[in-house]
Amino acid sequence: MQIPAAFDYVRASTVDNALALLERHGPESRILAGGHSLLPMMKLRLARPEWLIDINDLFELDFVVHDTSGPDAGTLRIGALTRHTTLLESAQIEALFPIITDAEKVIADPIVRNRGTIGGSLCQADPAEDLSTVCEVLGAIAVIRGAGGQRLLSMDEFHRGPYETAVAHNEILCEVRLPVRSRTGSAYEKVERRVGDWAVAAAGASLTLAPDGTIEAAAIGLTAVGQTGTVTEAAAVLVGRQPTEALFVEAGRLASVACDPIADQRGPIDYKRHLADELTRRVLRRAFARAAASEGPNAPAPATQEG
Amino acid sequence: MQVTMTVNGTDITEEIEPRVLLVHFIRDVLRLTGTHWGCDTSNCGTCVVLMDGQPVKSCTVLAMMADGHSITTVEGLATGAVLDPVQQGFMEEHGLQCGFCTPGMMLTARALLDHNPHPDDTEIRQAISGQICRCTGYATIVRSVKWAAEHPVLSNADTDTDSDADADSAHGATADEVRA
Repeated sequence: MQIPAAFDYVRASTVDNALALLERHGPESRILAGGHSLLPMMKLRLARPEWLIDINDLFELDFVVHDTSGPDAGTLRIGALTRHTTLLESAQIEALFPIITDAEKVIADPIVRNRGTIGGSLCQADPAEDLSTVCEVLGAIAVIRGAGGQRLLSMDEFHRGPYETAVAHNEILCEVRLPVRSRTGSAYEKVERRVGDWAVAAAGASLTLAPDGTIEAAAIGLTAVGQTGTVTEAAAVLVGRQPTEALFVEAGRLASVACDPIADQRGPIDYKRHLADELTRRVLRRAFARAAASEGPNAPAPATQEG
Repeated sequence: MQVTMTVNGTDITEEIEPRVLLVHFIRDVLRLTGTHWGCDTSNCGTCVVLMDGQPVKSCTVLAMMADGHSITTVEGLATGAVLDPVQQGFMEEHGLQCGFCTPGMMLTARALLDHNPHPDDTEIRQAISGQICRCTGYATIVRSVKWAAEHPVLSNADTDTDSDADADSAHGATADEVRA
């Protein structure tokens, strides 16, 4: 029977209260959100916090808001306590960032998604975690609060390595901000051995088209194959070019060369490189189709675009 | 620590250690052993209970996290001697063999039907995809859930029997009223 080691438990009532509790109980206190990573680690004694600070009552961190005016215009803000199920069922997210919907369909299983949160997933920073890749591809900004105020970090700054982030013990990830771009499409695809398993490999991509139909901006991310940050060399080959199948094949090849997978029970290195290649091509095709089909919500004018 | 929650409609207050998991609280403290305890790693789904109407894996929820919430276990499905349509469906369509996965499967089915009263086979299979039937009796489980969807309990007020509208919140509310 797996039972966590003894700890003390307290429920936070606000973000400020949670920050005060973290300060009071020190570095051996941990934030408890969905609990579906932390509690299994505690059962195995991989984590042994003395205090758990439960933030599940902080409804102020459970939101999806598209700012269309004000200082954050053109930004989708997602609260850190937003559950995977909420993200999956959001029509707004599917319209703006279908890569998130693609990923959420294959994150854990429907029941775990009822509990797990985007903030918890990012802070767990598992190398096989899907939303980390998604946020890198989308150029997300992490909003972190501490006693001294809030700071904004890019995903490159946020991620320090496997299971490590820039969030200090007395800070809380509160929000993820995603820039909304017009003429943009995105997609995610994962290969897993069965429902709910971690990825053997996965890829995500976002493409922005220029009015003349060439690729204006591109980002490609890989999951579970030893890739840190986005695959810049594969994205660079796309920018300024007309989107073609040959171009996507070349980007896939570059992604498979750039990544650094390890052999484990989920497959040998060759297979994972093959997946990085194939999945990169697939998400580029799908991201392009979506970008071409939608001018995006912030498109200045319905620019005519030829095939 | 003191924990207070509503379990199958009854308010309960107990003194527990914070590290007690909801599944053990339900089974060992409340002695409601219909909730099964399986893999302990949030994979198998036999420990599923409803928390405020939503299925959760109770091996990966602390009992303290359910404080102030409403829990439904398999014992709460029937109303007196009248089985929930999901339970009846599992009988009619042979939805169980060894029975170990059954409580979790039935609660997930109940939550699905409350949300979406007319699921197709794919939707049912997706809903139970976080649960394992080691007898591999998935085909009959899906048929059981379909049977329940086709035989909802009708309240007296509910005279327009079979409006075949798509699942939406209005329909979900109707299902809730029927359950109430």
